[in-house]
Amino acid sequence: MVMFWVSLLAISILIYLLLDGFDLGVGMLFGLPNGETSRNTMLNTISPVWDGNETWLVVAGVIMWSAFPVVYSMLLSAFYIPVIIMLLGLILRGVAFEFRGRALRSRWVWSASFVLGSSAASFMQGAMVGALVEGLKFSNGDYTGGTFGWLSLFSLLCGLGLCFGYALLGACWLVGKGEGAVRNTARRQIPALATAVLAFLAAVFIYALSEHLAILQRWVDRPYLLVFPLISALAAAVLARSVLHHNDNWPFRMVALIFVSAFGTFALSFWPYMIPFVVTIDEAAAPHSSLAFMFWGEGLFVFPLMLLYVAIGYRVFRGKATSGLDHH
Amino acid sequence: MDPTALLLSRLQFAFTISFHIIFPAFTIGLAAWLTVLEAMHLKSGRPVYRTLFEFWLKIFGVAFGMGVVSGVVMGFQFGTNWSVLSRMSGPIQGPLLSYETFTAFMLEAGFFGILMFGRPRVSPWFYLFSTAMVALGTAISAFWIMVNNSWMQVPTGYVLQNGQFVPDDWTQIIFNRVVWVRFPHMLLASYLTGAFCVAATGAWYLLRRCYRAEAHVMLRMGLLLAALMLPIQLFIGHLVGDYVHDYQPAKFAAIEARWHDEEPASEVLIAIPDSSTESNKYAISVPVLGSIIGSMSLSSKEVGLTSFAPKDRPPVLIPFFAFRIMVGCGLLMLALAWLGSWLVLRNRLERSRMLLWGIFLSFPLPWIAILTGWYTAEVGRQPWTIYGVLRTADSGTPFLTASAALTSLILFVVVYAVIFSFGTYYIYRLMRAGPEGLAEGPSLMPAPNRPMSLADPVRVARTYDKAGQ
Ligand code: HDD
Ligand code: HEM
Ligand code: HEM
Repeated sequence: MVMFWVSLLAISILIYLLLDGFDLGVGMLFGLPNGETSRNTMLNTISPVWDGNETWLVVAGVIMWSAFPVVYSMLLSAFYIPVIIMLLGLILRGVAFEFRGRALRSRWVWSASFVLGSSAASFMQGAMVGALVEGLKFSNGDYTGGTFGWLSLFSLLCGLGLCFGYALLGACWLVGKGEGAVRNTARRQIPALATAVLAFLAAVFIYALSEHLAILQRWVDRPYLLVFPLISALAAAVLARSVLHHNDNWPFRMVALIFVSAFGTFALSFWPYMIPFVVTIDEAAAPHSSLAFMFWGEGLFVFPLMLLYVAIGYRVFRGKATSGLDHH
Repeated sequence: MDPTALLLSRLQFAFTISFHIIFPAFTIGLAAWLTVLEAMHLKSGRPVYRTLFEFWLKIFGVAFGMGVVSGVVMGFQFGTNWSVLSRMSGPIQGPLLSYETFTAFMLEAGFFGILMFGRPRVSPWFYLFSTAMVALGTAISAFWIMVNNSWMQVPTGYVLQNGQFVPDDWTQIIFNRVVWVRFPHMLLASYLTGAFCVAATGAWYLLRRCYRAEAHVMLRMGLLLAALMLPIQLFIGHLVGDYVHDYQPAKFAAIEARWHDEEPASEVLIAIPDSSTESNKYAISVPVLGSIIGSMSLSSKEVGLTSFAPKDRPPVLIPFFAFRIMVGCGLLMLALAWLGSWLVLRNRLERSRMLLWGIFLSFPLPWIAILTGWYTAEVGRQPWTIYGVLRTADSGTPFLTASAALTSLILFVVVYAVIFSFGTYYIYRLMRAGPEGLAEGPSLMPAPNRPMSLADPVRVARTYDKAGQ
């Protein structure tokens, strides 16, 4: 039971990273100089799906609350400031989808809120992951790090890193869904973004070395983890090739693969901890009666249905999007 | 927990949930209304249904967007501000909220994109199906959240183990009588919100003498539906009162402003309760009616607030007045709906402009009733978050500082104020432009291979100017 719910939690977080990752990324790229037509196309590529994408955050959140209440209550309260800022960011960008198309003179306000909201949400997600890797202060199971315990050079770096990662995912999405100017601009952005992401990964590595982060020891103990960097390297090579050959579909898949392997590295290097080196999966798990109740309904039957809705949504809106008269 | 941080957290929760509920109440009703319109259009082929559908769809889109973003905040706030509560009740409230997410939110979100943008890309039947799925999703969502809140009001089916509420009987948690009166009460409240908004819009157009065909359909459907639902709602409201009477006597006494045990009890119609003297000022009350309402008897003894230790008493002022405002709104809506329906059925509504004004101005009533209903339920539940087991004072995040809580509260207030003002302004503008101005818009043009624009702002502006003249 516990294993089932950890896996489902991991899958949901991963789906969230990939799906909301690209639309948050498009949100950030939206802020770069773009013509009005390009902006409309950019929005059109994501407006039918963003709501579903964001719901995966809620899915991950409620699985964490229901299956691992201890972790949920610890992490969210310790991350008070970043969670609130992330939520406000998601609000500001979420309303922009509907508001921007309705506005006359205030259109720029919603363009700005779309960009800033997307950036703030992405940055805070990265910062939280960074703080988790670096380690939060706990004593006897109580968080003792204070309001800004999550804030450090490393967590800020991770925030920036995730912004680049999402933007890369967004650019690849635009290459796949856009045409003309939008696709070409996005394709030109990929090399720079990919380099930034690689530079960031290198920086994290160096920082980890210099600080002797506990996670490093894990990599030494578990050499099989090296498979993930290898997959990433391979994916990066295919990515480079597909960009050079003007292929529109492969870049997104390859960056997604890089995300999957980064996520895999992260998850497996902490195993069996949920909050690294403080709370294990088994310690955090909810009682059996809760897990079983969820398993026999939503886990077994509804989860596959949810994947079906996602598949239907993406199928209905397959193919290239154009600028339209106006973004809806 | 620091008392200031606790107070600020409570304010923040009350503020964000009050903001959130405004939109679900509206979108649950509107989604159902859209489904009906689409089905009628498919069946009868009358263009007026299609025009109305396209018109309300745009309003739905704006309201739904705000409902979603404000809802995401709610789930996470349990963890940020109420960490003790979320750790203890996670094994019960968590699964309930996760069922809501899996069965309702995903359904809504999955088909919302198709509803908003997919018409040119799917068959008419599939489009109707998608609309119905969104409507179903919103109703299922109301169900689970009411199960959740009802468990906090009347906790059952659990044992307390290692500082956690461990569920031992899910059927009791889900299928108890509290849920099955509160869920219909909330669902009908949402459908009433939809019905009144639709009718009020119709009345507005008739008053301005435009869009007559659409206005008639809206008034007819909205008023007749409301006229049917209101008596049911008032009856269910009575049943909701019964559960409070049986399970939460202190809340019931606060609603009734009954300070001392009485036998038989009188019913205070209106008064100014004063907790310092533990009595009512300027009370108008009816003897014996209190026993009738409470226990359907002429002689029953009804409990007063002073029978509870001061630390177990809820505030009195808010539940007392909020309850009366809710009931007042209900009665007012009943009068409007019945009178309006009677005139509609005799085709005389268009001539009674007074009543049209009344219907037009009545659109806030269901919202006021919903908010005051929740204030009755939630403030009356104090000082507990989980009734009788976990106090509000012990539920909060222990290390949350007042300055962090104040910062987040201010940020929420500022951001919500901005998006609320713009959101209502855009909805107002859409309504002002009216259905026809928009329906001939791009959405009816040959559909190219892309998500379509529904409202071209330039066109809205043009129509808006025209309509304003
Ligand atoms: C009676 C109805 C009702 C009530 C009392 C609440 N909600 Fe709500 N909520 C809905 C009815 C609803 C809805 C109709 O399903 C919404 C509104 C618009 C929408 O998209 O779905 C929604 C959206 C919504 C979302 C976004 C879903 C998505 O991503 O698509 C979340 C996470 C929540 N809600 C969570 C909550 C929580 C934690 C609540 C209480 C503390 C709460 N809601 C009270
Ligand atoms: C949607 C309509 C709702 C409204 C308008 C509403 C209103 C309120 C208000 C005004 C308070 C503050 C009470 C006080 O501190 O004096 C409150 C508190 C609270 N409510 Fe609700 N509520 C709603 C739904 C819910 C639901 C569905 C849940 C649970 C699933 C819930 C859980 C809580 C919690 C945890 C608190 C904070 C602790 C407390 O003060 O008791 N509420 N709510
Ligand atoms: C005679 C009329 C009514 C009576 C006697 C009545 C009774 C009640 C009572 C006693 C509560 C508190 C329940 C609790 O503490 O949990 C309540 C809550 C509520 N009422 Fe009413 N009500 C009436 C009319 C209405 C109307 C017309 C609406 C909306 C259109 C409405 C919407 C609500 C809502 C949203 C709640 C909060 C949810 C809940 O606690 O179930 N009520 N009602």
